[in-house]
Amino acid sequence: MELRPILSTLRRHKTTAWLLILEIALTCAIVCNAVFMINHRLQHMEMPTGIDEHALVQIQLAEVTPSPDIYARAREDLAVIRQVPGVLDVALVNQLPLGGSSSNASIKLDPEQRQPTLSAGTYFGGNLAQTMGLRLLAGRHLQPDEVLDADVVLKALATGDTKVIAPVTVITQAMAQRLWPGADALGKTIYVGPVGVRVVGVVADLARANAYDDATAHYSMILPMFMGAGKDQSYLIRTRPQDRQAVLKAAVAALKKADPRRVVTEQRTYDEVRDKFFENDRSMAGILVGAIAALLIVTALGIVGLASFWVAQRRRTIGVRRALGATRRNILNYFQTENLLLATIGIVLGMVLAYAINLFLMLHYELPRLPAIYFPVGAIALWLIGQLAVLGPALRAAAVPPVVATRSV
Amino acid sequence: MFTYYLDLALRSLKRNKVLTALMVIAIAVGIGASMTTLTVMHLLSGDPVPTRSGTLFYPQVDGNPTPGDFKQPLDVMDYQSAVDLWGAHRADAQTLVVDSPVRLSAPGVNLPTLMPSMLSTTSDFFPMFDVPFRYGSGWSADDDARHARVAVISDDLNHKLFGGRDSVGQVLRLRDTDVRIVGVLRPWRPSPVFYTVAGGRFANGDTADFYGKTQDVFTPFFTGLELNDGNFQQFTCWHMPERPGHLQNSPCAWVRLWVQLGDAGKVAAYKQFLDGYAAQQAALGRIVRPQNTRLRSLMQWLDYNGVVPGDVRLQTWLAFAFLAICLFNMIGLLLAKFLRRSGEIGVRRALGASRGAVFAQCLVEAGLVGLIGGIGGLGLTLLGLWLVRRQPVAYADLAHLDVSMFVATFVTAIAASLLAGVLPAFRASRVAPGLQLKTL
Repeated sequence: MELRPILSTLRRHKTTAWLLILEIALTCAIVCNAVFMINHRLQHMEMPTGIDEHALVQIQLAEVTPSPDIYARAREDLAVIRQVPGVLDVALVNQLPLGGSSSNASIKLDPEQRQPTLSAGTYFGGNLAQTMGLRLLAGRHLQPDEVLDADVVLKALATGDTKVIAPVTVITQAMAQRLWPGADALGKTIYVGPVGVRVVGVVADLARANAYDDATAHYSMILPMFMGAGKDQSYLIRTRPQDRQAVLKAAVAALKKADPRRVVTEQRTYDEVRDKFFENDRSMAGILVGAIAALLIVTALGIVGLASFWVAQRRRTIGVRRALGATRRNILNYFQTENLLLATIGIVLGMVLAYAINLFLMLHYELPRLPAIYFPVGAIALWLIGQLAVLGPALRAAAVPPVVATRSV
Repeated sequence: MFTYYLDLALRSLKRNKVLTALMVIAIAVGIGASMTTLTVMHLLSGDPVPTRSGTLFYPQVDGNPTPGDFKQPLDVMDYQSAVDLWGAHRADAQTLVVDSPVRLSAPGVNLPTLMPSMLSTTSDFFPMFDVPFRYGSGWSADDDARHARVAVISDDLNHKLFGGRDSVGQVLRLRDTDVRIVGVLRPWRPSPVFYTVAGGRFANGDTADFYGKTQDVFTPFFTGLELNDGNFQQFTCWHMPERPGHLQNSPCAWVRLWVQLGDAGKVAAYKQFLDGYAAQQAALGRIVRPQNTRLRSLMQWLDYNGVVPGDVRLQTWLAFAFLAICLFNMIGLLLAKFLRRSGEIGVRRALGASRGAVFAQCLVEAGLVGLIGGIGGLGLTLLGLWLVRRQPVAYADLAHLDVSMFVATFVTAIAASLLAGVLPAFRASRVAPGLQLKTL
């Protein structure tokens, strides 16, 4: 295909051609970044939690009359739940991975440090690791005899008489790697406030309740403390995935039977917890998909409009070319090549712009750098859209009969 | 003249319906997208108390006794600092604020026990924040001092419990305590619920929840603390509290203080008082960073917390980029349309029309496209807002078009299309009459 006639025609329509190029460039830049953002959200939504998600259900209760002994109360409840058919394991938990409302502590490696090294999600409980199905990488889980009631622990900490408590913890691998890169974490001590706690186990993963930031989402630790019944505590039940609904219903019924005057504030499967946490990301991804579709449609319509105009304008020229022996395919190819040329220039400009927009987003929205793979995605999308949009007008041009050349003067 | 141009424009638009439709759709879609996001932006970044936000301030002292190089005080205060500063009564008005979930039932109302959120605050809260009452009124400073068993309830709760009638004098049971209703609010939906905003800078832009509904029950501060003891949530603690949920004298930050200061002199004086208090507490050894005091105005505090959700800002950027693309599109189409009429323009020019006249005529045509596009855009904006209302976000129910945004829709649409029309109209007005006449 000869490019020269196309170029010389375009030179006569510089402004219109440039407008089309700019439109394609802008669309290309935004599509690249939007696809990247969608992917980023989807990746965030796939965040692993380290727990056996499809086997867990949560029940949260609010007491009507405050129990005189919240620890006995929680132990009774746990016993009641354990009796329910289908329950494989149960634990009292103070928070759930991706649960939203979180409990965190500042961690230091040295009590004299001016700034804490990191902030970690703090899970309290004994049977928690087993119920959640955490994978132990090194060391051991917390022992039942290490897990003490919260008031005992707090009194010991307040009086400084720490002999009765076992200052041990199980931490995630991500946290261990961050605190002691490349070294073995077992036996090392971290400071939670002024209290030194020894690491006895490392688990593969346990995401935080407030895992908004991918970088710190997996810094969690489990401390041997039994919190007792309370509005922020909930019962996490492990069962077979297919039994979840039945177990949930049966467990709630059993708890209500044990004390009918309680308010059930939450009863859901863990899948629902995860769904809720990523609700906003899902809707934002949906909006971005919609925006991309709308952008491509508008750009396509623009191409259709301009191409139709050009075809109409060059009707006579086309007739002359046809009379001089050009085939329909020649005419079709002419318009297709013209569009390809404009799209290519637009795409090249669009890449530069996409990079600039990404730099801006990196500055203001903590997005990572745009991987190179997204550039061809935008390019192919726009080439395709351009060719599809120009097909109609180009076919109409190809249908112009040679006789047109002789008609109008 | 204008009506003549309008007539010409209509004729021209009718001549090529497809091209006209393309332009109208482009501008309508662009306007629809950008006005939807702009409306949401406008709602979320607005002033929650327009009547007096200029006089509302949020004092902070750093109650965290842990040594360290913390540049900012904690977002909320410890009990002692907050109550000391409140008790000093150095501002025109001041109020303590803390919220907690409370178990609520109403004797004689056949409803299961509810778990609404309760705001424990002091008497100045209602006049200070211009809170509208439907029935009754707030409580007095005397009620604060007596720990009176009184409450004010929201319009929502009044509808739920009492079907919207005057419930002043009715009794509510909050946990195990009976309180008497002294006031019922009108629908009140400050966005965001500014008086409990804190910690926004740690939320990674995920701040939509600041825009939820207000609390349903309001009780005097000390009354609330007594009746719901054990159910309070700390903002943060520097040690584990001895009894979770019971936070007076605990090593925790959990109480907010708001003050009203009428003029700049009072603001300066209050800042001085705040610094003085911090220095005095530092001398007593209770505070280790007395320099860490702040007195931000309401809007500064909202800014500092980055209350407008990151997603909403991103959507606004996206929508405006989208509008830009639609405009490029329209410029190209208008240019094609006008230049196609070069012959006609040539004749008009030869018959004596000035360049200005041709330019004006073309702009009228562009403006007309903008007007029609604006009507379409309005429809799409309403559709967009309907979609926003179906999103699972706390501010969903707020997403409605107000008069200013309604007008803005048309102004933007016409301005955008006129802007898009300038270049094509200019090019059209430069058409040389002689050249065009020759080719006819």
